[in-house]
Amino acid sequence: MAKILVITSGKGGVGKTTTSAAIGTGLALRGYKTVIVDFDVGLRNLDLIMGCERRVVYDFVNLINGDSNLNQTLIKDKRSDNLYILPASQTRDKDALTQEGVQGVLDQLKETFDFIVCDSPAGIEKGAHLAMYFADEAIVVTNPEVSSVRDSDRMLGLLSSKSRRSEQGEKIKEHLLLTRYSPERVENGEMLSVSDVEDILSIPLLGVIPESQAVLKASNQGIPVIMDDKSDAGQAYSDAVERLLGKEVPHRFLEAQKKGLLKRLFGG
Amino acid sequence: MTSETNLDLLDTDPVFQLKGGMLTMTVLELVHLAPQRFAIQLAEKVEQAPNFFQDTPVLISLEKLDDNLDISGLIALLRICRDHGLQPVALRGAEQFRPLAQQASLVLLPPGRNRDKIIEAPEPAPQPVAQQAEVASVSAPQPADTTPTRVITEPVRSGQQVYARGGDLVVLAPVSAGSELLADGHIHVYGPLRGRALAGVRGDTRARIFCQSLEAELVSVAGQYKVAEDLRRQQWKEAVQISLEGDILKIAAL
Repeated sequence: MAKILVITSGKGGVGKTTTSAAIGTGLALRGYKTVIVDFDVGLRNLDLIMGCERRVVYDFVNLINGDSNLNQTLIKDKRSDNLYILPASQTRDKDALTQEGVQGVLDQLKETFDFIVCDSPAGIEKGAHLAMYFADEAIVVTNPEVSSVRDSDRMLGLLSSKSRRSEQGEKIKEHLLLTRYSPERVENGEMLSVSDVEDILSIPLLGVIPESQAVLKASNQGIPVIMDDKSDAGQAYSDAVERLLGKEVPHRFLEAQKKGLLKRLFGG
Repeated sequence: MTSETNLDLLDTDPVFQLKGGMLTMTVLELVHLAPQRFAIQLAEKVEQAPNFFQDTPVLISLEKLDDNLDISGLIALLRICRDHGLQPVALRGAEQFRPLAQQASLVLLPPGRNRDKIIEAPEPAPQPVAQQAEVASVSAPQPADTTPTRVITEPVRSGQQVYARGGDLVVLAPVSAGSELLADGHIHVYGPLRGRALAGVRGDTRARIFCQSLEAELVSVAGQYKVAEDLRRQQWKEAVQISLEGDILKIAAL
């Protein structure tokens, strides 16, 4: 039974696409047949993060309009046989997506995939609405910062009132993913803590991704950061995928690292 | 100057939005044309629940009317409605009524399907007609025969609005900043109250707000309000009740 997972946030720049790429790749590496769908029509980014931008021929809008079929449009990832990407159109805007069109594509994808990861655009307009409308589960990506938390709260309200599940009287399973977390800055009182955010949003915590140089490096190289298993961010995403699949894994990277003697002497 | 050369941001800023919305509305289905009997019977209904009929928009349905209606008859009818606090906003019926509706400055709506529920005037208290904003799924509309209290068990998120029309509102979950609670009666919040809470919105000065943790953006009773900046000075994040004493909002520990 295919599961539709939406990665959403309301606010832009919090790490939705990075998370979509990481979670999608993580699921595929664990043997689940996964497709990541870029709903950000007009601001196509997922293909860059996944490093497949040079192989894009057809896109989501072509597929909806019947200009191409599923096999022509899906891009197979080079790293995993289980992973496919459905790129967004760069030359159109979000009005090119229709509810019937999206439903048709998702229904087709459901036949072959275990997980359909929908990378939502920012905002609460049409693109974001369609990305979350058919979802079974939602990962709400939030930065430890008040405006991001407020926007996530708004998004959670929409998930519980403007989605297909809510219309059928069912619930979307909600997960909180805190990204760009810096324990040092939390200790200095410059950033909201995990418990502050949990207190405001009151949904279960899927994971905390530390602020990390590895994320930017991975994005620029077109490799999902979860592949970088030496980095803290990569490991944190791996933990989050395990939790998504129902395993209990303790949260890591929540405490500031103690500075060693040498670092204290020489600065760091 | 053409609009092409005048792309001033202030000029192009949208000044309005068009939105779809669904409201619950009272339908007054007219069966016979008998102004005197109509006046007497309407007065009786209003007697039972004066608050319910105060400024209530109604739609007058002519679908089951078996008498001929002319403009003077319609105007007489509208006057009786308005005398009793009802605000007729539209007629519903066949196309033949369009000239009549236009003369009376009302809207003509096409005939409805047979799904209108019969509303009995509530006794003794007014009935909740739940106005559904974005919380449609959070709590189903109250069946017509329950008490007027509206109970919300799911978090009220930023951007959502919950209105307990004609009664009290009880929220058993957090109320986020950027959300709004409205009630004609009291408001009880058993999670942190971080949004806005307006009790007695139709002017009931006896309405109160009870909460476990006062972190609100704004609280108001019958139009008298305080914003967070003032609230922060006392009992912030504490369990309080808020009531109106004269013209002043009183905040007291619970």
